[in-house]
Amino acid sequence: MPITYTSNDQVEVYRFGWPVAIGVPLVAIFFQAFLPLRFHFFSTFDLPFLVTVFFAVARRNPASGLFTGSVIGLLQDCLTHQPIGLYGIALTVVGFGASSLGARIDVENVGARFLVTLFFYIVHEVVYFVVARGMVGLTLEWSWPHELGSALANALLAVALFALLDRFKRRT
Amino acid sequence: MENLLSRYRNVTILVAVLFAQVLGLAVQVRRSPDQTSGRLIRVWAVTAITPFEKAIVWVQSDFRGMWRNYLYLRGVRQENRDLKDELDRLRLEQVRLKEDAAQARRLQALLGFKEQFISRTLAAQVIGSSGSSQSRTVYIDKGKNEGLDTGMPVITSDGVVGKIWQVYSSTSQVLLLDDQSSGVGAILETSRLQGVLRGKPSGDVILEKIMADEQVQPGEKVLTSGGDQIFPKGLAIGSVMKVSRSADSFLTIRVRPSADLSKLEEVLVITHREQKAPAVSQTNMRAADILAMRLPSVPDKPAEDPNKPGAKTAAVAEPDAGSTPKVVPPSGAPSKPDTSSATDRSPKSAVPVIAPPASKPAPPTSTPNQGKPQ
Repeated sequence: MPITYTSNDQVEVYRFGWPVAIGVPLVAIFFQAFLPLRFHFFSTFDLPFLVTVFFAVARRNPASGLFTGSVIGLLQDCLTHQPIGLYGIALTVVGFGASSLGARIDVENVGARFLVTLFFYIVHEVVYFVVARGMVGLTLEWSWPHELGSALANALLAVALFALLDRFKRRT
Repeated sequence: MENLLSRYRNVTILVAVLFAQVLGLAVQVRRSPDQTSGRLIRVWAVTAITPFEKAIVWVQSDFRGMWRNYLYLRGVRQENRDLKDELDRLRLEQVRLKEDAAQARRLQALLGFKEQFISRTLAAQVIGSSGSSQSRTVYIDKGKNEGLDTGMPVITSDGVVGKIWQVYSSTSQVLLLDDQSSGVGAILETSRLQGVLRGKPSGDVILEKIMADEQVQPGEKVLTSGGDQIFPKGLAIGSVMKVSRSADSFLTIRVRPSADLSKLEEVLVITHREQKAPAVSQTNMRAADILAMRLPSVPDKPAEDPNKPGAKTAAVAEPDAGSTPKVVPPSGAPSKPDTSSATDRSPKSAVPVIAPPASKPAPPTSTPNQGKPQ
């Protein structure tokens, strides 16, 4: 599971075509809204979060990563009945963090992807929890076993999903 | 300064984007009761997503209908036989319930009681969800164009599902019973205790505001009380799963919803309700007659045999044979009908007169009538 430190010149920076950059997040949000109704276990996964991490790590540009996270999060917020911005803020932080990390270390291998997703899932949940409780006044319950279980499930899915999304990458 | 900003360009953008979102959130939280904040962006997002969901659900239901109605017909004969048996059983039950309903209507009319009737419902298909475990909502394929409005109750044949939260032109968002911002006025079926049903962040449904000294048994059914002015009274919500005492002076009652909220496919939206006094089929009976039959009354004086002085009657046992019958006023009558000393003044009643045991202390001489009004 090597996570190697590389200089900015050494790491590969990828870009994506517009159809992919717009279509993949929309499909992720669509599946996130549709699949849990048919397969209840699917509510454990967070596809918009995974897509945010994937684009952020591949582009390795913090500004681009935070904007991608912000837009995906705000779209995700629109389908809920909560105030808009809860997922927006959480995914903005995740997008910025993942792209900043991606710019410094090689996160292209399976082990690194697993660990990065695991870590940022917890970050995502902590930010959401703090904003939802502190600003909106929602009564949320924090449960470490539940959060770690969800983080593991998402990290495993990330490994498979990122391998699939790698096909859409284009080298700069 | 310029150098500083360019050096920390990414962090500056992050702070700016976060600040903008926090500001927007603060504005929405302040305006949250009117539910209009961020309306346009929600409309765009819902309009972009729901057509695809509708299309998939439509194709899926078409295929399923073709499979179930034309191809997979195994066991249909047996099912048909079972249904016929059940129909016969239900017909018998219906006869009994008709009598009870007629009696209830007469009493309600007598008390000037007004009932709420579900006069119109609209069937809708569930096409999507919010995709978030913190927002337990689903989308249905009917909206403003079909006459839906916010706050309308949503049910299935099993029980209550939730209420409409947001209405768009051709879709609506339904807030489920197990969301933490939902609340339903509820009543326990047998103990008649009333409380408020709320969802928890974990997805559990809890009945609150029932005092800790009350007795609630697991398995008891929970119905809508009608007190919230949203759900009509008497709809099934669920059953009691677990009862525990909380730190305050209330019980924490965990309820299992009757409707399976994780597998919703089709729902009914109650679009119209009527409030009217129940119609009484028999108009020839006066209210005073019904009242006379229901209230505790003085029993008929038994015919005494002049040849047997001081003889006791079967219907009324007097402790002192020599004394005159004592009349108990209605206010002092027992609240529960006592069949052991019941006498029927209704000429049509078939309730037998039962003699009390000799050793029993003097029963009240005035008893409620047990005969059903015809």
